Amino acid sequence: MIEIKNIVKQYNGVPVINNLNLTVNDGEFVVLIGPSGCGKTTTLKMINRLIEADSGDILINGKSIHELNGEKLRRNIGYVIQQIGLFPNMTVEENICVVPKLLKWSKEEMSQRTHELLELVHMPYEENAKKYPNELSGGQQQRIGVLRALAAKPPVILMDEPFGALDPITRDTLQDEVKALQKSLGITIIFVTHDMDEAIKMGDRIIFMDKGVIQQDAAPEEMLRHPANEIVRNFMGKHSAAYRSQGEDMTCESLMKKRVYTTTENRKTLECIEMMSHREVDSLVITDESHHFKGVVTIDMLKSEGVAGESVGKVMRTDYPTVHLQDEAHKAFDWLTKTNLPYVLVVDNENVVKGIITKTSMSKALASVVWGDQG
Amino acid sequence: MSINVIVDHLSVVVAAICLTLVFGLPCGILAYFNKTFKVVIFKITDVLQTIPSLALLGIIMIFLGGNKLTVVVGLFLYSLLPVVRNTYTGLSGIDPAVKEAAKGMGMGKLYQLIHVELPIAFPVIFTGIRIAVINQISAAVFGTFVGGGGLGTVIYRGMANMNMKLILFGTVSLMIMAVFFDTLMGFIEKRLYARTR
Amino acid sequence: MMEWANRYGADLIQAIITHLYYVLIPVALGFVIAVILGVLLSRVPKISGYILPVLSVFQTIPGIVFVGILFLYVGMVPATVLIALTIYAVFPILKNTYVGLLNVDEKVKEAARGCGMSPLQILIKIELPLAMPNIFVGLRLSTIYTVSWAVLAAMIGLGGLGDFIYRGVGTNNNMLILTGAIPAAILALSLGALVDWIQKRLTPRGLGGKRG
Repeated sequence: MIEIKNIVKQYNGVPVINNLNLTVNDGEFVVLIGPSGCGKTTTLKMINRLIEADSGDILINGKSIHELNGEKLRRNIGYVIQQIGLFPNMTVEENICVVPKLLKWSKEEMSQRTHELLELVHMPYEENAKKYPNELSGGQQQRIGVLRALAAKPPVILMDEPFGALDPITRDTLQDEVKALQKSLGITIIFVTHDMDEAIKMGDRIIFMDKGVIQQDAAPEEMLRHPANEIVRNFMGKHSAAYRSQGEDMTCESLMKKRVYTTTENRKTLECIEMMSHREVDSLVITDESHHFKGVVTIDMLKSEGVAGESVGKVMRTDYPTVHLQDEAHKAFDWLTKTNLPYVLVVDNENVVKGIITKTSMSKALASVVWGDQG
Repeated sequence: MSINVIVDHLSVVVAAICLTLVFGLPCGILAYFNKTFKVVIFKITDVLQTIPSLALLGIIMIFLGGNKLTVVVGLFLYSLLPVVRNTYTGLSGIDPAVKEAAKGMGMGKLYQLIHVELPIAFPVIFTGIRIAVINQISAAVFGTFVGGGGLGTVIYRGMANMNMKLILFGTVSLMIMAVFFDTLMGFIEKRLYARTR
Repeated sequence: MMEWANRYGADLIQAIITHLYYVLIPVALGFVIAVILGVLLSRVPKISGYILPVLSVFQTIPGIVFVGILFLYVGMVPATVLIALTIYAVFPILKNTYVGLLNVDEKVKEAARGCGMSPLQILIKIELPLAMPNIFVGLRLSTIYTVSWAVLAAMIGLGGLGDFIYRGVGTNNNMLILTGAIPAAILALSLGALVDWIQKRLTPRGLGGKRG
């Protein structure tokens, strides 16, 4: 557990951290976020004493970080920075082993650890250990940067915008890898970023800072749905706006498409295929005569399971997700993103089909929110 | 006498730097266009700069005799490297997009060189010239040993007569000269770089 | 040719040895002094901002002046030449060491600090190896300059290859000039090549130098 207690830091009389208090539990992935100059990086660097606080204290597992000297402390805390900072004069293996070497591990231990770690990120030892950093791609370099931090098995790792300099695809992969490593190894990570997407994706908890003060400390969903104040809301821009509109302003009814191709369950399969091709759609909604929802049938289902002359009622999928007219729009969005279905159905109290919400309606809704907010 | 000797010293440097430019710039440009030539000229200029100045002057003296011409030629050969190298570096450091744009507008090779590449490379080339000038001011003291005159003569005479005043006069004038030109050209250089950004 | 060898052979070998002695000792001493000073200066970049330009100005003083002034105070002994050339050898290495250390990427130093290295460990394991290419540029310059300035030892009658050149120039004896000048040129070129070779051997592949 890391406890940050009443930390104050000033530069030339200008306060950058104002009486900050924060507790991070073991195994937690905590993201510090905020506009530049908000004090997030300063806070991070005070934990491994690259920056010393003016007053207050930081405890790791109940012991003040000032009980050890800064160097010994840092050997037990992993550290990853945005510019990677691999040592260009050392091979991949030497880079990974910097801290183990400082801790005087034996050669065998270090070599074994290097094998293990490279395995973790799918960079075979034989191919990579003897390379120099300038022989690796940016993404590989930062993988090694992360491994270097993990090498001596520190319980805590500090990351300062570690993926900021990578291209979006590599960044995405590394985010997944790091998140997976953190979960499987059960380590605590404190992660600084200014990218809300990244914060939402990575964090168990997001700490929003501005002007050296914590503005909000919440789980990602909570922060999106209920930004604590205007500063947080503004910073999150599209995220919070979209989420808020989804959550509170927008109902499924307001953005559904009303035109739905329906048919009844006693239609024959071949008729349905013809209807689909005629209307250029690849699925039909099945209802009874009074339009109560029964199920959905797609062209694929008909092709794979349909028997000629049979009624579609036997093939259709009845567990298809539906939402209510008055449901919040985000419920529909959640279904769409979770299930990868082309649309969800909107029904009224009597289970009568009223419309559908597709991915297109979702992006239109988001766009209107974003533009609306700006305009 | 004092002014004369400084003028004397400077005139040798000026003559040498002119010679350096007349040969160095075309060599740098050729190196930019031709890789083989680049390797050869870089090697030659590097060797010329490595040879001890006095040895170089001595060898030239055999052909040209003990006079100012020997000193001028010696200084010219000695400081060819920075001019050639910087001309080449300046030209090859130009953003390929700019060259492509020039080509795309239908410029000929020579036109492009004169109107686009050389102007862009000029600040870097100027840095080379500055280095050459400072080197030459300092190395010109050797001129005295091969009959070239200049501040070297003053210093040398001071030593021969154990005259501290003469030594100091020579040294201090030399330092002032070097610093003056370095500062002046450094200032121009900064303006040049600022303009191209 | 035989005549030349008979006439100058023994003297020449002696002169080359003397010359080498005037080069290697000052460069070795200068190297140690310069690296130490460079490291110290790099710890206080604010002060160094003022010191380095002053050093650059001093570097414009021709070696001849050092030799001359020291000659007046110390007299006609080899120490005069050695001290003067040592002082002179310090400048290029000092400047390049300082610049090399200063150019070590801040992010790399931060990463090293973040790994828990002490300042001394950072210096030895990270900063000096990374500054090595610069330090070698300085060493090469110093070596070549020193070969050149050591020619001046002859000016105060202390031998070396300059001896031949002086005598040759004085007596208009071309053979004598070449006997001094050509070995001096070869000496400078070979020592320069030697430094390049050592640098190639010592620069890790990761710094862009080619190895093996």
